Amino acid sequence: MIIEEINILRQHGWQYIPDPQKAEVPAPFRGRPEIQVGMSLDTQNALVDLCPVEAIGMNPLSIDLGKCYFCGECAMAYPQAIRFTNDHRLASNVRQRLIVAEGDTRGIELDPDKIRKEITAMFGRSLKLRQISAAGENSHEAELNACGNVNFDMGRYGIEFVASPRHADGIVITGPISQNMAEATEICYEAVPDPKIVVLVGSDAISGGIFAGSGALNRSFLNKVSIDLYVPGNPPHPLTFINGILALSRSRS
Amino acid sequence: MVLTTDKKSISIHNTEAVSIAEIPVLAYADFKAQILTWLHFEKCHCVAYFAYPFAGGLKFIAAIADDSNAQIYLLSHEQEGQIIELEALSATAMPMHIYEREIAENYGVVFNNHPWPKPVRFAFNRFNQEMQVNDYPFYKIESDQLHEVGVGPIHAGVIEPGHFRFLCNGETVLHLEIQLGWQHRGVEQLYLDKKTMLQRAILSENIAGDTAVGHTMAYALVSESLTGAHTQNTMLDIERTIALEWERIAMCIFDLSNLNIGIAYQLANSVFGALRTPVINFFQSWCGNRFGKSLIRPGGTHYPLTDELVAKLVAIMDDFETRFDAMAEKTFHLPSVLNRFDGIGKVTKKQMTLIGAVGQAAKAAGLIRDTRYTHPIMAYETLKVLPEMQNGGDVLARFTMRRLEIKQSIAMIRHLLDMRQYVDQESGAPLKQSESSMKPNTFSLALVEGWRGEICHCAITDENGNLQHYKVKDPSFHNWLALALSLRNLEISDFPINNKSYNLSYCGFDL
Repeated sequence: MIIEEINILRQHGWQYIPDPQKAEVPAPFRGRPEIQVGMSLDTQNALVDLCPVEAIGMNPLSIDLGKCYFCGECAMAYPQAIRFTNDHRLASNVRQRLIVAEGDTRGIELDPDKIRKEITAMFGRSLKLRQISAAGENSHEAELNACGNVNFDMGRYGIEFVASPRHADGIVITGPISQNMAEATEICYEAVPDPKIVVLVGSDAISGGIFAGSGALNRSFLNKVSIDLYVPGNPPHPLTFINGILALSRSRS
Repeated sequence: MVLTTDKKSISIHNTEAVSIAEIPVLAYADFKAQILTWLHFEKCHCVAYFAYPFAGGLKFIAAIADDSNAQIYLLSHEQEGQIIELEALSATAMPMHIYEREIAENYGVVFNNHPWPKPVRFAFNRFNQEMQVNDYPFYKIESDQLHEVGVGPIHAGVIEPGHFRFLCNGETVLHLEIQLGWQHRGVEQLYLDKKTMLQRAILSENIAGDTAVGHTMAYALVSESLTGAHTQNTMLDIERTIALEWERIAMCIFDLSNLNIGIAYQLANSVFGALRTPVINFFQSWCGNRFGKSLIRPGGTHYPLTDELVAKLVAIMDDFETRFDAMAEKTFHLPSVLNRFDGIGKVTKKQMTLIGAVGQAAKAAGLIRDTRYTHPIMAYETLKVLPEMQNGGDVLARFTMRRLEIKQSIAMIRHLLDMRQYVDQESGAPLKQSESSMKPNTFSLALVEGWRGEICHCAITDENGNLQHYKVKDPSFHNWLALALSLRNLEISDFPINNKSYNLSYCGFDL
């Protein structure tokens, strides 16, 4: 009966987020951290020891979001030193910008001067991406899938994941890149026509995360290509990814 | 811990720690005879069988779960020397095939008369470094009439990598062989390399992101058992059980959505997909992560389920259930949906028993493998879960299981929230690193029923209380073979819905 379907549709109403560029994620979501200036050496040392993924550095006290898993353990142990805001805009095209130092309260942004001209020219209205899970643990993949669901609806911007690298304008890598996926990752990249972009999604892809240093990884591919966007998180929230990709492809200088 | 009357094994219950010295060491012939005797009964299945370096040779430990009395039998054998050759258990006890393959791959042990001696995951520290991931020895049939279809490791969708090789006669699949290992990250070695409890908990959360709660729970239980920290905390048990059931709902609703896109039923795909959002967003309200990462820690939690969260949870469940019921009622009565799933990809209870299948897929074929029911811990001891079952063993049965388990999990959570009102206790803070010292020379094992099925973590400590060996088993370790069996004599175009109906973990298998 069609009545049942109409009823179901009415129960759900409009599901989409009207403007993903303005949407916020409520606390206790852990986004961009802020670090207090002037922490004692003891506190700094303790924070470095505590961090499970070696994301915290000293001189100055800092968190590398390219390594951070956003577990929040540091903020729970030393709330006077570190606080995670709910700012989900974490992506950048400059690796160095992912490092938040003490006293930094600015948002994380892309450096527009470092965005290649052809990206905005070619992909400003339509961007098709081939995703490669290179030992990704499936929550990252699930969040990338969620980017296209009825809530986030990334397709409204002409941004989509496609099946074939031949149809793609770039690759999106999740996972720390295992030895066993190293060759397939490279072949897939080669199969994408030029010009093409490379996006690393999640701290595993950016730095290896908790898997960094494992003998089972082979990250040499990353030395051969230039990275156009880093999207931190474990996994990154869909809004982090969508806003990062939009900032990369839509900026007009 | 009890020594069995014949002194050939000891029996423990789920999450109990035992001194390594107390696990009987048998001659291999006795060990083999004992295992085969148990596995003859449907009530018994092997939950762990692994080897680790010991005194210049290898020590092999097996854990057989007896589902009739919630006991787990432990026994072992030791082999000396560099070259070890044994008569395969799986020559007669099929479920052991995957354990023996793993041992052979890791240590070069030769199992004579093994029915399917193939690589498992091409681990980086495997015995035979010559064998590369591209050298997998696929089963072949020489014929002019047959053709092969190879898919992967990279697939069309946003999913993990694996390679599927179909041997086809026209459109019909004679044989599907699934080659995994692409995702291997060296997880088990990392448990030993990482020295803090927090690092190991974080590692557990990232074994399989869709089962973050399940795997971290298994790690937490093993740690508590080895540190002796596991004191009775009813509140913590209730909260953990709710988290585990919530993860089950989140993934079952995802699967319902995904199966519907597999048959192009757009409405159910969108509606079930949209219904997943409030579920995973509740995890975010609870602990700040949509997959429940950072919620489970050994000893306690940073995120107690407050009254405010409970009110929110109840409101979400009420709304969810109304909308879920309407869509499920429609979907499960739609002839075009039923027709597409009914009788497709059937596996029998006997097949599932023979391959050692566990969890949801086993239950869909009439085989009860649910540790919440058979080896209950945490709040499951009080809940006394009676597993939902189906007998069809086809895609429809596995599809239906998702619906039934969602309803059952919601009912369980409501029950747990009722229980919670009468508990005057707090779930407590996690163990600190200074409280993490483990008992020396000890073995512990935890069985946790993740949403796919039985998760098993085993740990062994050395004489200083450091981790000497850590073993992780995701239910997918057993169930991938069930997908291969489902495809036999099926049209190759039915692969996607079969694959979605199992939704097995690549990284959980590859570790």
